[in-house]
Amino acid sequence: MANQLIICEHCDCVYEKVTLARHQKALCLRCAGVLQRYNGLSVQQRLALTLTAAVLWTFANFYPVMSISLQGLKSSATLWDSVVALSLGPITFIALVAAISIIIAPVFQLLLLMWVLSFALSGKRSPAFRLCMRWLEALRPWSMLEVCLLGAMVAVFKLAGMLDVIPGTGLFALAVLSLLLIRIAGRDVRDLWDTV
Amino acid sequence: MNTPPTASELALCLCHSCGLSCDMRAGPTECERCGAPLHRRKVSSLTRTWAYMLTALALYVPANLLPVMNTTMLGSGADSTIMSGVLEFWQHGAWDIALIIFIASIAVPGIKFVSLTLLLVTVQRNSLWARKERSKLFRFVELIGYWSMLDVIVVALVAALVKFQALGTIEPRLGILFFGLVVVFTMLAAMSFDPRLIWETPHNKETSDDVTSH
Repeated sequence: MANQLIICEHCDCVYEKVTLARHQKALCLRCAGVLQRYNGLSVQQRLALTLTAAVLWTFANFYPVMSISLQGLKSSATLWDSVVALSLGPITFIALVAAISIIIAPVFQLLLLMWVLSFALSGKRSPAFRLCMRWLEALRPWSMLEVCLLGAMVAVFKLAGMLDVIPGTGLFALAVLSLLLIRIAGRDVRDLWDTV
Repeated sequence: MNTPPTASELALCLCHSCGLSCDMRAGPTECERCGAPLHRRKVSSLTRTWAYMLTALALYVPANLLPVMNTTMLGSGADSTIMSGVLEFWQHGAWDIALIIFIASIAVPGIKFVSLTLLLVTVQRNSLWARKERSKLFRFVELIGYWSMLDVIVVALVAALVKFQALGTIEPRLGILFFGLVVVFTMLAAMSFDPRLIWETPHNKETSDDVTSH
């Protein structure tokens, strides 16, 4: 019975779950917070998108996000290079924050999703399912790839004033990856609790 | 208005990790489904939100006053703060980029400080004023939270790229550390705030205090 009830996380009102059609969402009567959102992804589709995202993650991390040239000298930087650039000097701590938000959190989200979803494909709960699902919840606010994408674009404009800037493979991979991650690692991952 | 029953009236509690409605009659301390700890309200929500927010506010000062990066071109170096970066874009006619950086780095933390203070003060005064709008305000604060990391990423990328020794280098400076800490602490502040406190009336507040003190 408890599974059929839904509690508004913003004001504690209790509702019965409803079945939503495409593009529909259920709002709380009292505080107008979102209770339920239509989730159009099957487990197969989500797994397929996760594998795509994993490939894009390797592109985004191993190819330079952008390169510049100044009087014949060339230089390029990957996401990791930019974390390293922060780690020099007395500000190392911020490099850790940046590393978590643009590299570590996204890769853990992808690994956990791949693990959980590949078992869910055959209707089974993966080993350590509870732990994995709780980590997926905990990582979400700290994964900031979409901010990283906007930051990379601002950096392109910032440098374009003084030298030649060439956006790299990494930037395009980053653009698609950040959008994919919003779609596959969002709150609706919780539906797995009911389906497997 | 005809409002639905609340979770405490039905002896239920929302699990924040998996979203299950947990039956509290047997007094469980963790969610039966995912094992996350259960709380009717986030633990000492107001105190923690105040603490994180005031920490962030204190760090916001050096974050804006200290230089975030140093640009050395052909021997002559210059420090730049967040605001001087915005002004530079503005003067070069790139008002759109200037606006993006201004909103992400200066306006967003400012909006968060004002909004969280408003939410904290009204909750502490058990205010019934504009509760729906205050709920919406909190969701907005949660949504905009991490966009302030923008400048940290920009400085990191630019510093990683421009390394031409004598011709030119860009190095990060101490300001960016404080800036990143502001973002982290305002995010922690928003996470510690329990929006359900907005809907608590003095009457049901007593009962929920009993439950949280077990």
